Amino acid sequence: MNARLTPGPDTRAAGVRADRVRVHFRTRAGTVKAVDDVSFDIRAGETFGLIGESGSGKTTLGRALAGLQPLSGGRLFYDDREPAALNRAQRRQQRRDHQIIFQDPHAALNPRMTIAQSVMEPLDILRDGDRAQRRRVADEALERVGLAPEIGRRYPHELSGGQKQRVNIARTLTLRPRFIVCDEVVAALDVSIRGAILNLFADLQDEFGITYAFITHDISVVSHVSDRVGVLYLGRMMEQGPTEAVCEQPLHPYTQALLSAEPLPLPADQRDDRRRIRLQGEIPSPLNPPSGCPFRTRCPRAEQRCAEQVPEWREVAPDHRVACHFAGPV
Amino acid sequence: MAHDEQSPQPLLAVKDLNIAFVHPGGETAITRDVSFTVGAGERVGVVGESGCGKTVTGLSLLGLLPKRTARVRGEILFQGRDLLKMPARELRRLRGREISMIFQEPMSALDPVFTIGEQLCETLRAHYPVSRKEARERAIAALEEVGIPSPHLRLDDYPYQFSGGMRQRVMIAMALICRPKLVIADEPTTALDVTVQAQIIDLLRELSDTTGTALLFITHDLGVVAETCSRLLTMYAGEVVESAPVDTVLRRPAHPYSSGLLRSLPGLSERGGRLPSIPGRVPAPDNMPAGCRFQARCPHAADGCEQGQSLRTLEADRLARCWRSAELTLPGAVTP
Repeated sequence: MNARLTPGPDTRAAGVRADRVRVHFRTRAGTVKAVDDVSFDIRAGETFGLIGESGSGKTTLGRALAGLQPLSGGRLFYDDREPAALNRAQRRQQRRDHQIIFQDPHAALNPRMTIAQSVMEPLDILRDGDRAQRRRVADEALERVGLAPEIGRRYPHELSGGQKQRVNIARTLTLRPRFIVCDEVVAALDVSIRGAILNLFADLQDEFGITYAFITHDISVVSHVSDRVGVLYLGRMMEQGPTEAVCEQPLHPYTQALLSAEPLPLPADQRDDRRRIRLQGEIPSPLNPPSGCPFRTRCPRAEQRCAEQVPEWREVAPDHRVACHFAGPV
Repeated sequence: MAHDEQSPQPLLAVKDLNIAFVHPGGETAITRDVSFTVGAGERVGVVGESGCGKTVTGLSLLGLLPKRTARVRGEILFQGRDLLKMPARELRRLRGREISMIFQEPMSALDPVFTIGEQLCETLRAHYPVSRKEARERAIAALEEVGIPSPHLRLDDYPYQFSGGMRQRVMIAMALICRPKLVIADEPTTALDVTVQAQIIDLLRELSDTTGTALLFITHDLGVVAETCSRLLTMYAGEVVESAPVDTVLRRPAHPYSSGLLRSLPGLSERGGRLPSIPGRVPAPDNMPAGCRFQARCPHAADGCEQGQSLRTLEADRLARCWRSAELTLPGAVTP
């Protein structure tokens, strides 16, 4: 149980496959289809970016991927095995292998516990090793994320936002997870320190072969860290493919609009305002999503057909999929 | 619309603004000698990490800091008159009419138990002797101006019936209904989605152009500043460390902190490569280092940085609080 943080000889990475996953919530006002018929695969050892605006279902999907949210339909496979097919011990191991890190680094830490207690807590719950061993693993994890072990004696309020997010990462690392859902993990941090945290995620991936699902609304972050990305809108996948293809040659009008809305820190003469696609209005209520293509109410290219027919999820280039009747470069 | 060439004095001139908070243990200084100007119709961005004093500075301009705990010293000259010396009654007349504010979270800035129309009319009628009927018409016009569909119907809706982006439009309508000369916008798009943010940025820029309203735009997002403002103030640890035209800073920042902020933007690095960041954190207000406040995090720190730094003029309209500015060639967002 000791030397838990040392990388093993095998790259214990986990692949994840989502097959027509649905998460529906019944409310008094009707059924919210937070995630509807979403399929994708995350390859072992890669970073899969999930991008979407608020209300797109990205957080619900992330919770489902981490095993925190039961599915209403469809199936999730980890290493080609379904959780339902696992026995108790295997399922316990899987819980350990799959972790999630949340957006607000402060809310994720108990203010009454010292940093060391927080970092050791997962191991305490699993009764993994004796106290001294857990302590050693926690110290190692803190050191690995760039924090001095002395910080273990402190309380969350004494730490900066970046330090707290490092603590959350360290806590996850003590379990040696193979797959981590990162839900807006840098959104609450200042731009000046985001880079350091994102570099840390990349280093841990190299070292431990961790697979990430990286959920964010920030296009510049997702396009930087991801190998492949999926674009969500109103609970549906709009486009998915290698990061370079999706960001350089987006096929779906929504992806095109999303990318062009990103404010660019460039001098006036280097900004091309003509390429700007301005979307009207906001994301519709998921209680009452539009018929056919969910994006049609804001889409500059929408036609009658879009209201009548749900666009087919089709592969237009190798590994590049899109759900649009008219998908293609602008 | 640039500076008003008729009057030599700027619309707003902040001079040596020192804000401190009093607590049982003494006094903690939050800003030190903050000085800047905003010309008539000018749009000025204020950037810096959290804890740099941006919001406190913005609030102080409207006299919105808690009277009992905040000590504000210096001068806030608005059209030549010092707001800090102005009687409370007079300041109240000015607030909302000449200077108004847009906050980050529109839901907490709107009163949930009054309709949008009541809140818009209240703002107008607090400052101008207009009839209810006329106020209502003006409110409809204001909503129309900010792009709210069927404004005559939406006027009687409550804030909860509006989406986040629409609420922020209502906030903008409210801030502009008295045609102020200056609007202070504190992170007005941070809570919004990127496609809605783009709409709000366009709206603010257009309205500022058409009404000649000056804008003090407080944000952490340099992309937003680049698209909205003509001049950029960089604040660090309670001080202004750089002031220059936006495009100048993007090409060749004069202060290592501005440069560090720009280089930290992930969009500017090669995909998948290492991301630059600024090591360390903003020093706590009660633990400020002597000399340059950025030196502990600065890659260009040298002997001499332990001396106090003044805001030096490098060229007209370009100031930096770094004695090495002239000799350093700092990377910006683009290579010049």
